[in-house]
Amino acid sequence: MKASTVIVDVENVRKRFQGATVLDNVNLQISLGDRVAMMGPNGAGKTTLVRCILGFYHIDGGRIRVTGYDPVKERVEVLKSVGFIPQLPPPVKLTVGELLRFVERSSGTSAAAIRKKAEEMELDVVKHSQKPFFKLSGGMKQKLLIAIALARRSRLLVFDEPTASLDPRAREHFYEMLQSIDYEHAAIYITHRAEELAGLVNREIYMDLGKVVDDERI
Amino acid sequence: MKNLFLISYLDIRESLRSKWFYVYAFVFGGLMGLFFISGITDSVVMGFTGLSRLLLVFMQVTIVILPIFILITTVKSISGDRESNILEYMLSFPISLKEYYWGKFLGRFVTVFFPVFVALLVGVVWGLFKGGAIPWGMVILYSLLILSLCLSFLGVAFFISTLVKSHDVGLGLSFAVWILLLAFIDVALIGLMMQNRVSDGVVITIAMLNPLEAFRIGAIALFDPELTVIGPVAYYLLDTLGHGFLMLYAVVYPILVGALFAFFGYALFRKKDLL
Ligand SMILES: Nc1ncnc2c1ncn2[C@@H]1O[C@H](COP(=O)(O)OP(=O)(O)OP(=O)(O)O)[C@@H](O)[C@H]1O
Ligand SMILES: [Mg+2]
Repeated sequence: MKASTVIVDVENVRKRFQGATVLDNVNLQISLGDRVAMMGPNGAGKTTLVRCILGFYHIDGGRIRVTGYDPVKERVEVLKSVGFIPQLPPPVKLTVGELLRFVERSSGTSAAAIRKKAEEMELDVVKHSQKPFFKLSGGMKQKLLIAIALARRSRLLVFDEPTASLDPRAREHFYEMLQSIDYEHAAIYITHRAEELAGLVNREIYMDLGKVVDDERI
Repeated sequence: MKNLFLISYLDIRESLRSKWFYVYAFVFGGLMGLFFISGITDSVVMGFTGLSRLLLVFMQVTIVILPIFILITTVKSISGDRESNILEYMLSFPISLKEYYWGKFLGRFVTVFFPVFVALLVGVVWGLFKGGAIPWGMVILYSLLILSLCLSFLGVAFFISTLVKSHDVGLGLSFAVWILLLAFIDVALIGLMMQNRVSDGVVITIAMLNPLEAFRIGAIALFDPELTVIGPVAYYLLDTLGHGFLMLYAVVYPILVGALFAFFGYALFRKKDLL
């Protein structure tokens, strides 16, 4: 594998919150083509690690590079190639239409592409475009977030438990859509249900107490 | 820059859907309208001699309510967004922190300033209908005073929202700042003055460092250039500063305070964890 294909490079990263060490010397390299299931008990530090990778937190030690850029100092460059779904759908007060406009203007992803992805999950965006996002049902919210993330065609997908409130059918659609991504990318799926991602991921990372305790390619 | 305006635009759209905005627009629109309207009618009848009790009451109400409204709604929206993970999602798109912060600031500014400003214009139009000559200088100065008061409290509100992570603490702090500027400083200064240990000049200077006081004096001076309603302090102020400089101070100083706090807030926003 070429060195240039490393998308995420995490070196000796430490992060503390009010004196408690949440990330303890984490080392991790994710390359193009890696589809990672990230697992571990509640409070292991998965969300924190992902937030460091996306530049939300200032790390207390170590170094992070995403597509060669520093996520804090060069956040715009980093986020241009990231599609992210948070652990909890945020109660965004913008209407669906406004949210799509925000995505379109800020990241250049066309609203039409998002609508198409949403349709694949049986979500009619046009019908709801005047509705505030937070008034959609939990599953609809998640579908829209998924549609946005996939329509962006990002080189790095970061999904923090994206299926928590999807019904079984929607979950099926979602996995099919992930399967059919037709360009080279890297993905991190945080999950508590590894068996669902079987066949989709080619690497499993296990975190506990702020450390990567297991990292296997499958 | 394009993203900055996008953020402002969306923030304004969001405000236009919220209930607080309508309460705000109603309270201040009505208040300011009445305030200015009575100013104009007074001027026509009495030719700018003396400030009516009514004007004073209205101004007092503005001074009490405008800052707390700006503080509470701004802190609520900014730290509310952080606490509910809206910030996390919005900032996962390629938007610089500069565009986000100042875009929000601009959006907020428009929503707090315009209802008051529009009400003012309505007052002016109403004055025209009543056949009075419109004192344009006064209209412009009064708009500037309100703009400056809005900016100063917006700056403080943005600073509080980035300084404090938790929503509740942010609201508490806003309330403390408001009470302090509104009452405690005055009470403390009255105490100092009564003890006669510091010179009156020092006490007046400290009072004038309060942006609310700067606004108050500026607004009174607009309608009552001799500042007769505020008594002997007026002589001191007019003697040392002069009417022109006093007005300049009342407009510029609160803006400086707001800008300073807004920039500190921005520095913190960049330096601290975003979530
Ligand atoms: N902003 C914060 N301030 C203080 N402590 C935090 C903060 N964010 C996370 N923590 C703490 O860091 C630890 C790791 O949290 P994190 O959210 O990363 O866990 P997780 O692995 O994602 O867990 P889960 O599976 O429950 O989502 C927890 O003990 C949590 O309390
Ligand atoms: Mg988590």
